[in-house]
Amino acid sequence: MVDRVESTKKYLLQGNEAIVEGALAAGCKFYAGYPITPSSEIAEEMSRRLPQIGGTFIQMEDELASMGAIIGASLAGTKAMTATSGPGFSLMQENLGYACMTEVPVVVVNVMRGGPSTGMPTSPAQSDVMQARWGTHGDHAIIVMAVSSVSDSYEITVHAFNMSEKYRVPVVLLSDEIVGHTREVITLPPNKPIEVFNRIKPSVPPEWYEPYEDNSRGVPPMAAIGTGYRHHVTGLMHDSKGFPCFRPDVVKAFHKRMIRKLANGASDIQMTKGYMLDDAEVAIITFGAVSRSAIRAVKMARARGIKAGFLQLVTLFPFPKIAVDSVLRQCRAVLVPEMNMGQIVREVRAVNHTATLKQLNRFDGLMITPDQIFEKLLNM
Amino acid sequence: MVEHAAKVRHDFLRHDMQFPHVWCPGCGLGIVLGSLIRATASLDIPQDDLVLASGIGCTGRMPAYVDFNTLHTTHGRALTFATGIKLANPELTVLTVMGDGDATAIGGNHFIHAARRNLNITAIIVNNQIYGMTGGQYSPTTPYGAMATTAVYGNIEQAFSIAELAVTAGASYVARGTVHHVPQLDKLIKQGIEKKGFAVIEVISNCHTYFGRLNNLADPVANQLWMKENAVSVSKAAKMSAEEMAGKFSIGVLANVKKPSYNEEYQKIRERAGGVVFPVEEEPEVKCEPDRDDEY
Repeated sequence: MVDRVESTKKYLLQGNEAIVEGALAAGCKFYAGYPITPSSEIAEEMSRRLPQIGGTFIQMEDELASMGAIIGASLAGTKAMTATSGPGFSLMQENLGYACMTEVPVVVVNVMRGGPSTGMPTSPAQSDVMQARWGTHGDHAIIVMAVSSVSDSYEITVHAFNMSEKYRVPVVLLSDEIVGHTREVITLPPNKPIEVFNRIKPSVPPEWYEPYEDNSRGVPPMAAIGTGYRHHVTGLMHDSKGFPCFRPDVVKAFHKRMIRKLANGASDIQMTKGYMLDDAEVAIITFGAVSRSAIRAVKMARARGIKAGFLQLVTLFPFPKIAVDSVLRQCRAVLVPEMNMGQIVREVRAVNHTATLKQLNRFDGLMITPDQIFEKLLNM
Repeated sequence: MVEHAAKVRHDFLRHDMQFPHVWCPGCGLGIVLGSLIRATASLDIPQDDLVLASGIGCTGRMPAYVDFNTLHTTHGRALTFATGIKLANPELTVLTVMGDGDATAIGGNHFIHAARRNLNITAIIVNNQIYGMTGGQYSPTTPYGAMATTAVYGNIEQAFSIAELAVTAGASYVARGTVHHVPQLDKLIKQGIEKKGFAVIEVISNCHTYFGRLNNLADPVANQLWMKENAVSVSKAAKMSAEEMAGKFSIGVLANVKKPSYNEEYQKIRERAGGVVFPVEEEPEVKCEPDRDDEY
C-alpha cells in the first residue's frame, strides 16, 4: 500500500497497485469502475488514493456505466480511467467505440482472465488481445499495450496515459491475473523522472474552434466542457464542427485521419523492449506475463551456447511492425509463446509470412514456464 | 402561446447550424425544447456552464439544436456520461434529456442508480409511449393492449410509470408534466434544475406518427386533447380512487425531498481521506407551490 508518495521509497506492490500509482503519477484524477476479479484491487486502491489528492472515485452500477462516466469526466477535462476483466471488458466495448468515434482520451485496464464468458476468474490468460483491438464495432483507431511486471505496470500506465492524451485516443492496457497479483519491489517515485503529457488545448478563440478539425498531426486540440468552447459531441459520424454528417467525402476523411494520426506517431506509440537481441540467431517474441518466462529461457539457452534473444511487445496495436520485422529478418527462427490459442502470432506472421515461426500456446489456465520455452528453443 | 413563444431565447439555439430539426410536424419534442430553453434562460446560467446530454432516439437528437455544451451519447447511457461530467466539474449545470425507451429500457439500470445516488443532475424524460425513431416498436411505457409495430396483436406487457419509479428509486425531486400544459412544464423544469440533487421531470408527449397511427390518435391535436382530458393534478389525484384514475395520470410535483447530494457526500470522503476539500454551496430551498386545479 502506498500513502502519499513524497520521498523516494521502496514498496512491495502488486501489479494492480502499481497501475494505480502509475495512473496517479500520470495525472489521473477520476476513476469509475465495477468490481471484477482479478482487477478489483485497482478499484480498491483508487477509492483510497483519489480522495487524498482531490480526485474522484465512483463505483458505478455496471461496466457500461463505468465507461460512460470516464468519457464524461475526460470531456470535462480530467484524466480518467477504469479497470476490469474479460466479462466487464465485453460490456465496455459499446462506449469504448464512442470514445474512439469522439476521440476522447481514456485508459481502460483489462486484467485478463480465462474466457470465454465467465471463464476462469482466478486463472491467467492472454486471450483478449484481438478483442482489445477489434472488440468494438466498426473501423476504428485504438492503442493496445501490455504489461509484464510490477515496474512495467507503473511505467507503462504512465505511457498509456501520455499516448491517450497526445493522440486523443482510448488506450487499452492489458495486464493479466499473474502480473496483477504478483508482488515485487518497486521504488516510488522512480529515480528516473517520468514524463507527463497533457492534451493540447485550443489556442484559437471559441468562435473559431472546430473540435474535429484536421491539422498536420491529425489530432485536433481538445477543449474541456465549461471552458467557453461550446461544441457538440456525438457518436454519429460528424464533420469538423462535431455535427452529424454522412457526406461520403467527410466520412472518408474522418477514417483516414484516424489511421493517419496513429501512423504519424508510430515511433512514439510503438514501444518494445529487446533482450540479448544483438547477436541472436533464434528469438522469442511475446508480451505480458510470458515475458518473464521468456527472459529466463533466453538465459538458459545462452548457458547452453544457443544464441537466443527476446523481443517484448509493450505496444500490441498499432502493431510494432518495424521492430518485429528486424527480428524476423535477423533470426533463422522465431518462437511466439502466448497464453491463448494463437492471437498475436497472426500479427507477427502478417509482417513476414515467409519467416520460420513456431508457436507455443497454453490455454489451460496455467502460465507458460521457462522450461517449456527452453525446450522449444532447443529444437529451433 | 404566442406570448410564450416570444420568450424563447433564440441565442440558446444553433439556428445557423442545425435547423430544420429532424422531428415530425406536430411532435411534442419541439415543445419540450421550448420549455427547456425558457427554463434555463430564466435561471441566468451562462451557456458555457450548461451541459445537455442525451442518449439515442428522437429525443436524443435534441442537444444538437441547443447552444450549450452538448453530448449525444450511446443508447440509454446519457446519465453515465452526465455522472462523469458532474463529478469532474461540479460547477457545471448538467441536464440530460432522454426518451422513455432510452431512460427506462436500455438505460433503466443507470436511471434507478442515478436516482439512488442523488447526484445533482436534472433528467428530463420525454415519454411518448413508443420507440419513434426505429419505427413504432413497443416500449416499457406502451400501455397494455396498445398496438405497436412489434405488438401487432396488442401489447401484453404492463407499462412503467416513470415518475413513480423515480420516486421509489430515491430521486430528490420528481415531477410530471405534459406538452399540453406548457407553462407548468416550464416551471417544473426550472425547479428541477434549481434542485440540488437528482431531479426527474417526466414529460408526457405524443408520437402521433407511430403510436397515434396505430392507436387512433394520428392527429397531433387529438393527442393534445387526450393529454388535456386525462391529466389530473397531483393534489386532485390524491383524492381520487384507483377506478377514477384508470386511464388518467397525475401532473405536478410528486416528490421534493431535501437530502445531501452525491457531490456533498463526496466532500466528506475527501475530508476523511485528509485530502483536498472544495467548498460546497448551501442548497437553496426549492419551493413548489401547491397545485391549483384551475391554473392550467
